[in-house]
Amino acid sequence: MPAKSLEAQVRHRPQVAIVDLQGEIDSFAEDVLNAAYAEAESRDANVILLNFSKVDYINSTGIALIVGLLARARKSKRRLLAYGLSDHYVEIFQITRLVDFMSVFPDEASALADGSIVS
Amino acid sequence: MATLMQRLRMMRVGSSKRESQMIQIREADHSRQMMPPPMDIAPNDPIVAYFLSAPGAIEVDKLHLDSPALQAMKNAGVKLAIPLVSQGELVGLLNLGPRLSEQDYSTDDRGLLNTLATQSAPAVRVAQLVQDQQAQARENERIQHELRVAQLIQKTLLPKDLPALPGWNVNAYYQAARQVGGDFYDFIYLDDGRLGLVIGDVTDKGVPAALLMATTRSVLRAVAQRVIAPGQVLERVNEIIHQDIPPKMFVTCMYALLNPESGQLQYANAGHDLPYHRHQTGEVTELRATGMPLGLMPGMIYEEKETRLAHGDSILFYSDGIVEAHNPDRGMYGFPRLMRLVGEYERDTSLKELVLEDLAEFTGSDWEQEDDITMVTLQRSEGYGVSEIASRSIGTAEGANSSNGTDWQTLAELIVPSKPGNERIAMEQVTEAVSGLNLPGRRLDQLKTAVAEATMNAMEHGNHYLPDRPVSIKVLASRAALSVRITDHGGTRILPSDTGIEVPDIEAKLAELQTPRGWGLFLIKHMVDEMNISNDPSHHTVELIMYLEGEDHASEKS
Repeated sequence: MPAKSLEAQVRHRPQVAIVDLQGEIDSFAEDVLNAAYAEAESRDANVILLNFSKVDYINSTGIALIVGLLARARKSKRRLLAYGLSDHYVEIFQITRLVDFMSVFPDEASALADGSIVS
Repeated sequence: MATLMQRLRMMRVGSSKRESQMIQIREADHSRQMMPPPMDIAPNDPIVAYFLSAPGAIEVDKLHLDSPALQAMKNAGVKLAIPLVSQGELVGLLNLGPRLSEQDYSTDDRGLLNTLATQSAPAVRVAQLVQDQQAQARENERIQHELRVAQLIQKTLLPKDLPALPGWNVNAYYQAARQVGGDFYDFIYLDDGRLGLVIGDVTDKGVPAALLMATTRSVLRAVAQRVIAPGQVLERVNEIIHQDIPPKMFVTCMYALLNPESGQLQYANAGHDLPYHRHQTGEVTELRATGMPLGLMPGMIYEEKETRLAHGDSILFYSDGIVEAHNPDRGMYGFPRLMRLVGEYERDTSLKELVLEDLAEFTGSDWEQEDDITMVTLQRSEGYGVSEIASRSIGTAEGANSSNGTDWQTLAELIVPSKPGNERIAMEQVTEAVSGLNLPGRRLDQLKTAVAEATMNAMEHGNHYLPDRPVSIKVLASRAALSVRITDHGGTRILPSDTGIEVPDIEAKLAELQTPRGWGLFLIKHMVDEMNISNDPSHHTVELIMYLEGEDHASEKS
């Protein structure tokens, strides 16, 4: 079975960039994910939202890629948020303590409604 | 006939079998004082050909031949010799000294002697045959007696009972050849619960081999209790027995020490045929450790190795009587055939029977066993440890019933080529295999992640993504638990035990002080209820266990 590739599109809002991810986050996703993140950063967004609602597989390499994005965001003083994760991946984000450094929301509205973004 | 020579002794000619045999003919011994010394005639002495070509009484003094026998006859005072010929074979001589009357032998005398020789030759021949037969019968009886003694020694010293180890199946087979060889096997029970397994072969056959076998066995038993480490055990045994071992005799011997709880097997080898380790994946490896046979020379060092039998693994210890067996075309059974056979072994059959059946097929029905045949098989039960964990943890009647390990069912055996991304195949196929178990969605997701991570590790770290090194996955279920065993070819790499897996330091990773990677084992551990890791020289297996009933341990962890 060929691995599904990851597709990513970036939507820009004032101070916020939303990265819509679709597919699988594994070793094949590295280039797409990094390019999308660079695109999200390109307009000086303070907050970057990762939309996982169409992601059906994240493996440990994918976790490492997300940790890498989080490290980049911290260096550039940006906030990285996540939403749309399935219950299983929320559990994995909790086990790995990613949730301690990246707030996780059920959907886009709740993420955008987060006080820290709105302000 | 008063001067008839009282005793004749000669080397008879004829078949090579009888060339060395002597015949002694006794006549009336009233003139014992005149009896010449026994006389041997070499088969190639020219006088033999002369006697055969010139039957009838021969005047010895008139004969001129370069013959040691003729000279000896002359020296002994033989005047007349009458060959005893039966069916063209010289079977004896009638030798006469000078007549007491000092007259020459008359024509009548010669005629009488010739008639006597003609009539007595067949009788002498018959007497010789009877004598041969009696000697052969005595020799056969001696050999039979020796065989009975050797068999008795073997029978007395080979173990009467097989070890009864929970979770293990130990079997043995010994079939003596007609001429008993020096094969032996033994089980040594150590106080700490470990089991010593011995298989050996003494050079030579019969009673000498049996006696040396008995000595070696006794010394091994005594040393193994005190010394423990297999390499040192063989070293010590060699030091003791080499002093008393007869020249040109030695003992090959494999000594292995099994820890039944962990499956760990330490071993050392004194020149014995290498046992075969049949891994649960179907791969067969040799248990190879170097060392000279026992008894050859002092000061030998024996390499010590170690392996581990995972659940479902088997080991065949055997003697050369199997691999050196011949078929009617004189082809030899050989190591490759045995190794291949062990690889084809299915666990629901007996490995011992499989080998015997294949050997019988190879040798044919008319085969006379050439050497002793000895086998010891060691098999670790499928999922014994897993079922015990499940029953202990769950504590239900169903769990207890599964503790004997007999209710495990194989749901699937999968082979996944080592290629990036193929963990998805493993994940989907395992999902399909467990579909009948109706796992709750969360548990299924956890299982899928654990399988994917373990398969990725196997493909990358164990098999280095080599196309000829697939990952083997076996899915088993009992009423109490689910087990997924993921095996790669990276037997030598060391991975931490379940409890030794470090929690990744996410702060250090975010600060880029550490690689962002390194989440795989940590994730697996938190997805399943148990994770067992086992290594042997060739394989590495991660066993994922998920309880099907009772408390949800994975959720507790999370």
